[in-house]
Amino acid sequence: MQLKHGFARAAALAVLMAGTAPVALFAETPADTLVVADAIDDIVSIDPGEAFEFSGVDLNNNTYDTLIELDPSKPGELVPGLAESWAVAEDGMTYTFKVKSGITFSSGNPVTAEDAAFSLRRVVKMNKTPAFILTQFGLTAENVDQMITFDGDTVTLKTDKVYAPSFVYNCLTAGVANIVDMKTVMANEVDGDLGNTWLKSNSAGTGAYVLKSFKPNEGYVLEARAGHWRGDAPIKTVFMQHIPEGATQRLLLEKGDIDVARELTPTDLEGLAGNADVKIQSDVGGQVYYLALNQKKAELANPKVQEAIRWAIDYTGMQDSILKGLWVVHQNFLPQGFLGALQENPYALDIEKAKALMAESGVTLPIDITFTVRNNQERMDIATSLQNTLGQIGINVVLDVGDGKQGLETYRGRKHEVTLQTWGPDYPDPNTNASTFADNPDNSDEAGNTGYLAWRTAWDPGALKDITRAAVQEQDTEKRKAMYEDLQRQVRDNSAFVFMFQQARQDAMRANVTGFYSGGATDSVAYWTVTK
Amino acid sequence: MTQTSSDRQPSRLLRLVRQAVLGLLSLAITILGLLLVTFIIGRVVPFDPVLSIVGERATEAQMQAVRDQLGLDLPMWQQFWIYVRDAVQGDLGTSIRTSMPVAEDIARAFPATLELATLGTLFGTLVGVPAGVLAATRPGSIADQIVRIVGLMGYSMPVFWLGLIGLLVFYGQLDWVAGPGRLDPTYDMMMEFTLTSYTGMILIDSALNGAWDVFGNAISHIILPAGLLGYVSMAYISRMTRSFMMNELGQEYITTARVKGMPEWRVIWVHAMKNVMVPLITVIALSYAYLLEGSVLTETIFAWPGLGSYITDALFAADMPAVLGGTVVVGVAFVTLNMASDILYRLVDPRART
Repeated sequence: MQLKHGFARAAALAVLMAGTAPVALFAETPADTLVVADAIDDIVSIDPGEAFEFSGVDLNNNTYDTLIELDPSKPGELVPGLAESWAVAEDGMTYTFKVKSGITFSSGNPVTAEDAAFSLRRVVKMNKTPAFILTQFGLTAENVDQMITFDGDTVTLKTDKVYAPSFVYNCLTAGVANIVDMKTVMANEVDGDLGNTWLKSNSAGTGAYVLKSFKPNEGYVLEARAGHWRGDAPIKTVFMQHIPEGATQRLLLEKGDIDVARELTPTDLEGLAGNADVKIQSDVGGQVYYLALNQKKAELANPKVQEAIRWAIDYTGMQDSILKGLWVVHQNFLPQGFLGALQENPYALDIEKAKALMAESGVTLPIDITFTVRNNQERMDIATSLQNTLGQIGINVVLDVGDGKQGLETYRGRKHEVTLQTWGPDYPDPNTNASTFADNPDNSDEAGNTGYLAWRTAWDPGALKDITRAAVQEQDTEKRKAMYEDLQRQVRDNSAFVFMFQQARQDAMRANVTGFYSGGATDSVAYWTVTK
Repeated sequence: MTQTSSDRQPSRLLRLVRQAVLGLLSLAITILGLLLVTFIIGRVVPFDPVLSIVGERATEAQMQAVRDQLGLDLPMWQQFWIYVRDAVQGDLGTSIRTSMPVAEDIARAFPATLELATLGTLFGTLVGVPAGVLAATRPGSIADQIVRIVGLMGYSMPVFWLGLIGLLVFYGQLDWVAGPGRLDPTYDMMMEFTLTSYTGMILIDSALNGAWDVFGNAISHIILPAGLLGYVSMAYISRMTRSFMMNELGQEYITTARVKGMPEWRVIWVHAMKNVMVPLITVIALSYAYLLEGSVLTETIFAWPGLGSYITDALFAADMPAVLGGTVVVGVAFVTLNMASDILYRLVDPRART
């Protein structure tokens, strides 16, 4: 993955893009076929109980369905998936879902409440990477058969304590809660693996498409199901091709050999501007860029210094140059699209104000700090900009450049001073980011709570911890939303984190492609809505 | 005569057997050494393979569980022994990045590279050798200058640049060849679902199936990347051929042949070539082996799912089973080519037979 952001790529693009004319249109892909180019080498597994990377979850979104789904146009709003209705009991711990009748899996087997219970239990029993999204409700391999049950057309999920219903529901819209065909999966079980090996190259769901072929690092083919419960998809065959190089994708798109290009650089996108055969669609993604200031370094624990840093960052300058089209200014921990996400970005580059704050802070200037950054072009560009602006307020930044994994280990070991990092939500509920940025049960070194970003940067959120824990239990969704808004403001203005940008997504496609939904910050790509 | 040949028979057979055994032994030792070095590098690099498996959200307890499962707490020699033991049985472990058996991944990636590298080397040799001879027989002439300049470009121009320009011109503008990838999506489907796969090399498999439309499409896809790799190896082969040939042409036996009135083509292509062949075999084998490692940049630009990008991506992901597996395959390819060129030596050079 690093290669494509490396020097070779940048240099190649610079040379290639210097004065190339738009290429003549030749081929067109058939009207019922969609050819997509993307970098899909992030896929580790496409078993819905194991898939946790963007490209794998994108695929599964088209081959499986969940009981309930999020309405992507209205943050936080639920719509029926395989369940026609759902409710939470008086005790606040018993959730029931009534499964729709008449829906079949790609095998032809009808979807039952038993399939739904089996699918959720399976995730807990396999305990793969994304299983925590379900096990956080107190589910374990031992108790899951009692906690998740079915009767007739109803599935019942019991939680260990009272949670905000919106939290439980949002988690059940995540890819890990996709419903699989129990009979088919179990018919392909090997050595008690609950069908895990088989599902790495096959699909057994209710989605609009069936996986016809899957080759890791090469691509996959999806075939539309006739008589699907969502209505027949206009696109009958989807070819996903793994094409890591943006310049290559651009060329294919200009030629009409592919319909959608998903891995283009700002240079590629600029080169496409003015080409009438191609259009560019912008959306947001879920990742945020932030700085973590290690609180073990006394100067960085000083609130005035923290505030000064917030005013000494050229947010819009970076957005409009080095990050153009890839990231937009965003200063809150919840990405746009999440329940309670804030639109406000109060900070802007103001060197004088930052200098005044540094003077007020009482620390002896200049401060020397080591800045841990991953060795890739974009991050290096951001680091250089920060080095420049922070230098103007008396903070001498020394860059510690390393491989992404090295930087991550430094961060996880609390050995950084300042580090530039990105974070992407694990599931479409605000708790996913709140619980890591604004909770830290034990700030001691011995605790080793590497799962909490606050712990990694040695920050104790104090009273914010209680707000975070209360918010995840708040029954009233409107109140819950207000709690996250408050929490974000407090973390934004007074914490060891400095939030800077949210991921933007630019997909380029042939002009005749309509209805391509890339998924935003909370969902995944949908092919069944596409027409040509 | 009959007496002599029957006398020589057993000793010759013995020698062949001895050579085969020695060859296999050296293969085993080379691979073992290669594995050991790669294995140690994989263990001393400053990142934790466990992190790649569990993801950065995992707790210390989850990480420890995986560490136990992978046996990473065992002494290194023991880990190595387990790896070698499984590898001998064809189990190269499971890739962390694709969660598929490494052997399966490589079985897909290697034929793609083999096909590309073989065509590239073929091109490089068929063009490079005559070009080198031409340059050597007319030193200083325009032909020599052209060969030198074309060769220099092959040496010095970055492959990714040549690749992108090649795509832009021959695919983008002229439309002479198909774009990146090994096949068009529809042919790819045909290849996967209606044709029988024998080797994983599309050109061979489609020909064996008699699917000439697939074959044609595959040719159209491979010609540009293979031509590019061929160009780079041609640059090397032509320069080497030129210098070997110049060296031979200055020898006395050449002068003698010429004085005797032998036609010039015979002097060059039969007499001199025979001696040029010996070092040239090494050069060609080396350049072939180099292409077999996979040309990462070419593979990236042409979206060619070969071994080079497989190993590189695995390295970046700290996916050690995949890196080790890839190393074994490259190592075997190197040693095999070495043995093949040894055998070829013996065929062309009688002195090497003793």
